[in-house]
Amino acid sequence: MRLHEYQSKSIFSHYGIPIPKGRIANTAGEAKQIAEELGGRVVIKAQVLIGGRGKAGGIRLAKSVEEAEELATHILSMDLKGLPVRRVLVDEIVSFNREIYLGITNDRMERKPVIIASGAGGVDIEEVAVENPEKIIKIHLDAPFGLHDFQTRNLAIGIDLPRELWKSFNQIAKGLWKAFKENDAAIAEINPLVITNQGMLMALDGKMVVDENALFRHPELVEIRDLDAEEPAEVEARKYGLSFIKLEGNIGCMVNGAGLAMATLDIIKENGGSPSNFLDIGGGASSEKVTTAIRIICADPAVKVILINIFGGITRCDEVARGILSAINELQKEIPLVIRLAGTNAEKGLELLSESRIETASNLVEAARKAVELAGGESR
Amino acid sequence: MSILVNKQTRLLVQGITGHEGSFHTGKMIAAGTEVVAGVTPGRGGEWVLEGKVPVFDSIKQAVDVAEVNTCVIFVPSSVAADAIAEAADAGIELIVCITEGIPVKDMIQTCAGLKKTRCRLIGPNCPGIISPGESLVGIIPAGIAIPGKIGIISRSGTLTYEILNSLKLEGLGVSTCVGIGGDSIKGADFVEILELFEDDPHTESVILVGEIGGADEENAAEMIMSKFSKPVYGFIAGLSAPAGKRMGHAGAIIEGGTGGAEEKVEALMQAGVKIAKNPGDIINLLIKKK
Repeated sequence: MRLHEYQSKSIFSHYGIPIPKGRIANTAGEAKQIAEELGGRVVIKAQVLIGGRGKAGGIRLAKSVEEAEELATHILSMDLKGLPVRRVLVDEIVSFNREIYLGITNDRMERKPVIIASGAGGVDIEEVAVENPEKIIKIHLDAPFGLHDFQTRNLAIGIDLPRELWKSFNQIAKGLWKAFKENDAAIAEINPLVITNQGMLMALDGKMVVDENALFRHPELVEIRDLDAEEPAEVEARKYGLSFIKLEGNIGCMVNGAGLAMATLDIIKENGGSPSNFLDIGGGASSEKVTTAIRIICADPAVKVILINIFGGITRCDEVARGILSAINELQKEIPLVIRLAGTNAEKGLELLSESRIETASNLVEAARKAVELAGGESR
Repeated sequence: MSILVNKQTRLLVQGITGHEGSFHTGKMIAAGTEVVAGVTPGRGGEWVLEGKVPVFDSIKQAVDVAEVNTCVIFVPSSVAADAIAEAADAGIELIVCITEGIPVKDMIQTCAGLKKTRCRLIGPNCPGIISPGESLVGIIPAGIAIPGKIGIISRSGTLTYEILNSLKLEGLGVSTCVGIGGDSIKGADFVEILELFEDDPHTESVILVGEIGGADEENAAEMIMSKFSKPVYGFIAGLSAPAGKRMGHAGAIIEGGTGGAEEKVEALMQAGVKIAKNPGDIINLLIKKK
């Protein structure tokens, strides 16, 4: 679950990290009022769940209250990479002379959290990582012990931070680590962390991504989740424990297991077709879950055929077949289905389906070819 | 012959009274696995699976009366890390965790703790292990595999079934099939299992099934190049996957240059691994070799 900038910064602030004065605005009128309170010179920042907002024109500086209202009106009418801007953050303008990067994530290969700092912070940090890796300092943290003072000192030395800022850098890094740990974050990131003209460290931007699997112990985060900012089909799917990603094609896919789902998409493409989605129903799906999955796939008007590929282990094919049958009864439009069932209780499942007129296939490649043909593509 | 699980496997099932736990324990017993005990806190003293398996409140109580060398975990994700720790505390050598959806923080702490023990963890979010004809620990449908000389290591569950099934249709058998799971933080990786296959005289070749994300396949390629003597066949899922949703700069900095399907295929081919275009194609590579 990805948090907005204003939500991330508010959490960081709670952990003692200095952030600029500012508030969230839903309308240009509110933005104007906040700009007045802050003395007119403000930055207006679109709150959407994508990166590269600045380069896309979603972050603008205003020199007066009037300009703040104008820019807020403009930004609130924008679509950034297809996502409508519903809110803007209005922050005081902070003058600074240096941008630092500070972030924490989990390193899957080391199986440890890692804190990353760079003296070359700002919008091009990923290029820095590729072209000047020596400018990126990484320190892995041991799960039971956490972040030590000597480690934040090593980061500060590594990025050439002036000595008088070591103490406040230590507090910020430790605050970020605490925010990361206590909120089950996958990422907690400050970019940029600036040295202001007054010689203070301040987090001008913030980003947090929280582990979906840990949300059960963070009701306070579930409450602030901005569902309007996410793909509606993905939100609906998640409610039922389905993993769904929208794609651009016309062949709907329902598969159990992420690996098999990816392999199914690969085979459809290899045979000249184009999938409309990735959908993993997970292990042990109930018939209700299967019915819901088919409903979500069919909600996409581009879908011409649905390919269902189930290799049952913990998933039982008869359960899947019951879900398919109830989906067929419920569906308004006629969409052809190509179904391949194998593994646990496959015979029972196929028997249930034999009473309806559904196209079945005995293996994956055959199923993919049939689906591509029914979608009107050339089968190779 | 086999690695990890065999006729000597004496299995304890954590979460044996749950819906999945009891269903799959039945399947494991039918596949010939010696299931000696189950654990569900609060249900100790019962006998389940037609009175064949005693249930205990804790692993400690179970190992006091039953000899156990392997356990399999079916408990919900919110308590699965605790179940792994309980098994490790009892000194069980092989812990197989089927549960999916465990928080990353829990797994990081658990893996750090396991390092101090001699226990080996397979999974989580994995289908388990099968040595056909000997023992099944997990949820792999036993009927789709026959005994033989091919070792399989896979990050995917159902994709592995696909491959096992196509091997069986060609009459090709398997020594052991190990599903290591798809989570970002997990127990054994490809390299750890490859080492076991290298030392198993009955495994003649290995099929490696990978997918996008992480650097497990790249590490395996390096190991195969330097010290793996048997032929390896591979398949990587996700060649057509669109670039994943961005996970912030920190993810890109840490994983930059690894994780894509093409990079993995390239690394494995350089190590001499023959790569199949789709899961069914692995059979063609194996038969061609014959």
